[in-house]
Amino acid sequence: MKDAKQQTMEQKWQGDMKIIVGVKRVVDYNVKVRVKSDGSGIELTNVKMSMNPFDEIALEEAIRLREKGVATEVVAISIGSAISQETLRTALAMGADRAILVVDKRVLEPLEVAIVFRELVKVEAPNLVIFGKQAIDDDSNQTGQMLAGLLGWGQAAFASAMNVKNGEAIVEREVDAGVQTIAVRLPAVITADLRLNEPRYASLPNIMQARRKIIEEKTLSELGITYKPHIKVLKIEEPEARQPGIRVNSVAELVKRLRQEKNLL
Amino acid sequence: MHLSTTRESMEFDVVIIGAGPAGLSAAIRLKQLNPTLSVVILEKGAEVGAHILSGAIIDPIGIDTLFPNWRKEEDHPFKTAVTQEHFLILGEKRAWKIPNMLIPGVMSNRGNFVVSLGGVCRWLAQKAERLGVEIYPGFAGIKMLYNAVGAVAGVATGDMGVRKDGSHGLNYTPGIELMGKYVLIGEGACGSLAKELIAHYALDRKSCPQKYGIGIKELWEVDPVRHRSGLILHSVGWPLDKRTTGGSFLYHMKNNKVSVGFVVHLDYRNPYLSPFEEFQRFKTHPTIRNVFIGAKRIAYGARALTEGGWQSVPKLVFPGGALVGCAAGFMNVPRIKGVHNAILSGITAGEHIALAIASGRAHDEIIGIEDSWRMGPIGRDLLPVRNLKPLWTKYGTKFGVILGGFDMWCHQLSGFSLFGTMQHKKTDAVMLDPSFMHDPIKYPSPDNILTFDRLSSIYLSGTHHRDDEPSHLLLKDKELQEKSELGVYSGPSTRYCPAAVYEWIEDGNSRRYVINAQNCIHCKTCDIKDPNKNIEWIPPEGRGGPLYFDM
Ligand SMILES: Cc1cc2nc3c(=O)[nH]c(=O)nc-3n(C[C@H](O)[C@H](O)[C@H](O)COP(=O)(O)OP(=O)(O)OC[C@H]3O[C@@H](n4cnc5c(N)ncnc54)[C@H](O)[C@@H]3O)c2cc1C
Ligand code: SF4
Repeated sequence: MKDAKQQTMEQKWQGDMKIIVGVKRVVDYNVKVRVKSDGSGIELTNVKMSMNPFDEIALEEAIRLREKGVATEVVAISIGSAISQETLRTALAMGADRAILVVDKRVLEPLEVAIVFRELVKVEAPNLVIFGKQAIDDDSNQTGQMLAGLLGWGQAAFASAMNVKNGEAIVEREVDAGVQTIAVRLPAVITADLRLNEPRYASLPNIMQARRKIIEEKTLSELGITYKPHIKVLKIEEPEARQPGIRVNSVAELVKRLRQEKNLL
Repeated sequence: MHLSTTRESMEFDVVIIGAGPAGLSAAIRLKQLNPTLSVVILEKGAEVGAHILSGAIIDPIGIDTLFPNWRKEEDHPFKTAVTQEHFLILGEKRAWKIPNMLIPGVMSNRGNFVVSLGGVCRWLAQKAERLGVEIYPGFAGIKMLYNAVGAVAGVATGDMGVRKDGSHGLNYTPGIELMGKYVLIGEGACGSLAKELIAHYALDRKSCPQKYGIGIKELWEVDPVRHRSGLILHSVGWPLDKRTTGGSFLYHMKNNKVSVGFVVHLDYRNPYLSPFEEFQRFKTHPTIRNVFIGAKRIAYGARALTEGGWQSVPKLVFPGGALVGCAAGFMNVPRIKGVHNAILSGITAGEHIALAIASGRAHDEIIGIEDSWRMGPIGRDLLPVRNLKPLWTKYGTKFGVILGGFDMWCHQLSGFSLFGTMQHKKTDAVMLDPSFMHDPIKYPSPDNILTFDRLSSIYLSGTHHRDDEPSHLLLKDKELQEKSELGVYSGPSTRYCPAAVYEWIEDGNSRRYVINAQNCIHCKTCDIKDPNKNIEWIPPEGRGGPLYFDM
């Protein structure tokens, strides 16, 4: 038996459920990244950029929830310079209803990103925020968790399957021991893992249409945010080059060489 | 090929295939002449420039015509002028420099610029978009569409999300039809739609077969003390043997970058030859290797180039469109330059099509494009050098280069050639000898400092194809491959492919042909050089292929 409160919640979700998805513009996952010769960062000139693959998965899940009639509106939000509009256009072409660009040229650290989203949550009043579990450029894996903390919302990180029902998100998470299923009451923050879904392609007609849509813009000062960074990047180094392998002719030779040359076995 | 039956269709004035210098220039000229035209460009690479690979030294004649005031702009990509040039003939240990005064005028690089062609294309694409051209990277044109009277009416893009077995994946997305009053094909060397059109309309009826080379290139970041911005170097000779022709280029770009590459003409005979290994060997020559001391290799790639020149350019026009740039083969081989002609041909096509549309025409043959090129700047560029490649093929490097040089001088001084117009007789595919006529070549092992193997190289090309997509390298007859490619020619595909896509793997007593299509870097060599024309390259799902950033 559902109690009255739960029933009204359910109606409310059925009435209008808004989802915010964070999408970040990152170096494309096929690019072989190169550290700048002075070690100050990654070489980005003329490098192919794309939507962070985990964010694509997050966005796909949000769009599916809308297509299933669970959600009514999907808003894609990115923080970055004007060029991040490209990423938001991709989001619109995939099926986001609206797109917001928070214009800022700096590289923001996870806590600052979480604060920006907290402020946007105040304005947009979503019932659910979905992020990718991490961005493939800095691999921080913190923003979703921090936002949930800042808002005092429930969270489900690393979702590999999810469903929204009765004001709750039922989320499967892949953990070391197997699959854990949890329920979080909405509003909540969910972060998407690789297996959650396979994102759709943006079709050519949808890309064409997306080019004509308006992208809303905001700045940190409009959102009333001042932030002092906590992290300083000291140095970026490339991993040591892998030693070339050698080919051995037999198992016996392999064993012998491992023993003699590498002092193994 | 994956073509859905129910496709959406969209109408444009002009549909252009390929965002290379030819396609972009055509689009820009169309919009310069008539801003109301709807012009769309499809590009198979994930972004403009991702599949562009060139030297490149650019003769500015094309860009001067397209944007007469480009020199006054701040953000143009032509920042490094050629300051010094050397032409070398290499022996194994020595090098002979040909004095610049002996080099015919047409070969001089004075006033030219060292660039990344990918960068130039990005710049052109920005200009085009500002003029209102719609560019869609990540979508390949895979099939021509014809109307009821047999004229070209548009192009179809491929379906996405098709599985290896041909079934539709969960995210299957059908391709669409882009219909245009005219369609321009700017696919570059050995384009797949160009091939279809040339066969369909017999455009090559009156021309010689097209000839090709494969160019393999690396980008290096060198020690600043070894860098001379604007210095360029070309060589012929070693490490190629006397009967194999080709040569190297080495260009000092800005920011301590050096572009180094090697072109092997694909009419080589020895099936044991590996263009990749020849290139690696070239870098070890005593006069070359010093540039790379303390340097780091940052990029790798390869691409075929057209070499047939004047004699091999097919008829350019067909009902409803035209070929532009290297899809037609406007490459000047001795100058190793095609960009200027690609731009000029794009401009000419744009001008004629804008006129035709203005007078209400559509889907017809614009004969003006055909009639003007031989008399115009492209013809004037290609005519004087038309015999170099045939002489080179016939007499080998030593005499070929001397005779070719002599012929170019004659043309420069008297306007005539000693040899008339020599013909290319055979396609590159049939030039390969059976392997019993040659000895296997033993190439040195890579040192992983200056020389490398193919697998570590393609890693730097960023190439990628979706795991589960159908192979875009079609083997027409499996048995023939085993009987002939392996049995007669000892598997040349395992050597000519610069991305190690093809392998013959021993499987007990039999041999299995493995095609690692996901490694392909879209150079098109297999489509050109397979001795039986048994391999066909078709465009894979859009976005697949290399991710060149500065090639
Ligand atoms: C190693 C090498 C060195 C060279 N050096 C020089 C030099 O120094 N100077 C010089 O002037 N020239 C040089 N060239 C030649 C020059 O690169 C070409 O002449 C020039 O790039 C031709 O321009 P294009 O626009 O015709 O074709 P391309 O530059 O090849 O561009 C074709 C574009 O079309 C796209 N495309 C192809 N098929 C499809 C399809 N079916 N659907 C969608 N998109 C498609 C491709 O991805 C590509 O982006 C060199 C070439 C090579 C290979
Ligand atoms: S498979 Fe063919 S097109 Fe692809 S890299 Fe190899 S030779 Fe070039």
